[in-house]
Amino acid sequence: MDSTAYFGQWGGSFIPEVLHETFRHLERAFAEIKSDPAFWQEYITLMSTYSCRPTPLTHAENLSQHFGGAQIYIKREDLNHTGAHKANNVMGQGLLVKRMGKTRVIAETGAGQHGVATATMAAKFGFDCTIYMGEEDVARQRPNVFWMEKMGATVVTVRDGSRTLKDAINEAFRDWVTNMDTTHYVFGTACGPAPFPEMVSWLQSIIGQEAREQILRQHGRLPARIYACVGGGSNSLGIFSSFFGEADTELVGVEAGGHGLDSGQHASRLCGHDASPGVAQGYKTMFLQNSDGQMLDTHSVSAGLDYIGVSPILADHWEKKTVRFEAATDREVIEALDLTMKKEGIIPALESAHAFVQAFKEAPELSPDDAVIINMSGRGDKDIFTIAQAFDDPSWKDFIIQRAAAYQK
Amino acid sequence: MQLENYLRQKKATKDILLMTHIVLGYPSLDANRAVIEQMVAGGVDCIEMQIPFTEPMADGPIILKANQESIAGGTTVEECLAFGAEMSRTYEIPFLYMTYYNIIYKYGEARFLDRAAADGIAGLILPDLPPEEGAELCAAARKRGIAPILIFAPTSTEVRMRELSGHGAGFIYCTARRGVTGKHSQLDADFGDYLQRCRAATDLPLAVGFGIQSRTDVEALIGLADMAVIGSQTIKLVDEQGVAAVGPFIATLNDVSGTSS
Ligand SMILES: Cc1ncc(COP(=O)(O)O)c(C=O)c1O
Repeated sequence: MDSTAYFGQWGGSFIPEVLHETFRHLERAFAEIKSDPAFWQEYITLMSTYSCRPTPLTHAENLSQHFGGAQIYIKREDLNHTGAHKANNVMGQGLLVKRMGKTRVIAETGAGQHGVATATMAAKFGFDCTIYMGEEDVARQRPNVFWMEKMGATVVTVRDGSRTLKDAINEAFRDWVTNMDTTHYVFGTACGPAPFPEMVSWLQSIIGQEAREQILRQHGRLPARIYACVGGGSNSLGIFSSFFGEADTELVGVEAGGHGLDSGQHASRLCGHDASPGVAQGYKTMFLQNSDGQMLDTHSVSAGLDYIGVSPILADHWEKKTVRFEAATDREVIEALDLTMKKEGIIPALESAHAFVQAFKEAPELSPDDAVIINMSGRGDKDIFTIAQAFDDPSWKDFIIQRAAAYQK
Repeated sequence: MQLENYLRQKKATKDILLMTHIVLGYPSLDANRAVIEQMVAGGVDCIEMQIPFTEPMADGPIILKANQESIAGGTTVEECLAFGAEMSRTYEIPFLYMTYYNIIYKYGEARFLDRAAADGIAGLILPDLPPEEGAELCAAARKRGIAPILIFAPTSTEVRMRELSGHGAGFIYCTARRGVTGKHSQLDADFGDYLQRCRAATDLPLAVGFGIQSRTDVEALIGLADMAVIGSQTIKLVDEQGVAAVGPFIATLNDVSGTSS
């Protein structure tokens, strides 16, 4: 395989023969947009007029004071249109689809953020759109299903396997191997066969470019640490992209610790001890799998981090120790979310709250002259059902019961 | 060479050969044993045994479900390999493994191939291992007398087919259409053109799979291909009518494949 498909020993392109030509076409199209400055300009213009770029970098003064250590800055990807960093990748791929002349897009989604972003893009650009989503994720992210359908997308509930993100990816591939002539698969994270890991990180690098300029302007120098949650790896690679190789900035990826790294119920591929090298879903990375190579069931309170694999680019950084990996448990995530809402009036997505957990653990050990950046990959509104349940909120429960009763009439 | 030679000799006595497919451990290895006995008695020419995988990306609903239920029922790779060895010891016809690359990657490529060779396995089908990633594995398999079965698709160009063929042995597996296993395939004029392109691109025998379900389908392949592959259909049959239905089904298919003149 050509060398750009690999990052160290990770990545590659393990695809069925029927997609061979489709991937050659995609590789050519990607090489074209990468070397065409007009594409990036078009992308920036689109993101600053249709979405809310540049997204602000918020100085969280109350949280900084609360922990008494580093100055905490929050990169506000929640303020993107559709409420998460997913829009960056999706709108970029949308422009690519137009150039390739395809008329239909498909996507997998876990949290539903990538699905909503894709449905939005399809509506704007006039593409047909089908979104694959695991049954478990449909149940926990129902509001996003509603919006996808309202924007004209077909949402297919996937009932195979663990009924989460990986199964949605398999099903999207099954669609693609049938409909590749008209259809582009808008992969949602920096995983999958080449060129997706590189392409998605490249489109997400807009986060890091802005964050670097903003922190230099607001804080006067580079941050001591940057925290980002890691599902497939797209928001973390996006913000890390402008800081790789900086001796003074440590990059920290936070995985889903679920019920704890020793519980067997988590989605920590790089900082846990249950993952091993493997090849699935078109690429080679560290997978949560058993000794036969069968994938394990993963768990996380957040649908978007609940995944067996991780970006091959991050696996390479993990191996070379250029990114440090930590895990946050479900319980810690809810606590960090609670504190952030109370102190700053900001509602992080459950995924993003993982990054907040680790930043809160480490901020006190740093000096008030230091800055840290938390990449807030998305907003928490979509999680209202899950968060309300985690808080066991009585008035919300009453409301749901009354609403349900009204619908039963 | 062994598998290719065997198929050529067999083909001299039949209009078209038959390969059947089973998912190991679905519904159980005992059921697999009984099904294979009937398949062999019915005169199939070779059998592909799928070692189940949790993420069978190229398979449609029937085989997907069989993979998942087999794994949920506790089937291990070790049991599959022991079963494969037993079948190839018991019967004269060639047995192949079909699986996804991760199963072999985790087992260790060399270790897997050594074991398969020692157990008399004739070939290996890996739908998610293109030659860009698998050239070494293909070579290592050929060295041990195991045929790496390469796949042609209707989207493959002639240049691509030639390249694939260079890595393969035994036969070429031509998928009858786009998509995944299971759905019926239209074997129309376009399909005939496609198989002619396949024929022109390789000297290896051609097998055709994906959606071959009936005697009519098998008949339609005579003159175009050397072997018909029956996949999801027998699994469906066992699900719906039990193991005993396999023998009569194979017999109806072989009605065509058995008459050489
Ligand atoms: C808000 C949010 N953050 C993070 C993620 C995790 O994905 P990634 O690691 O690719 O950023 C998701 C995925 O659905 C998400 O919706």
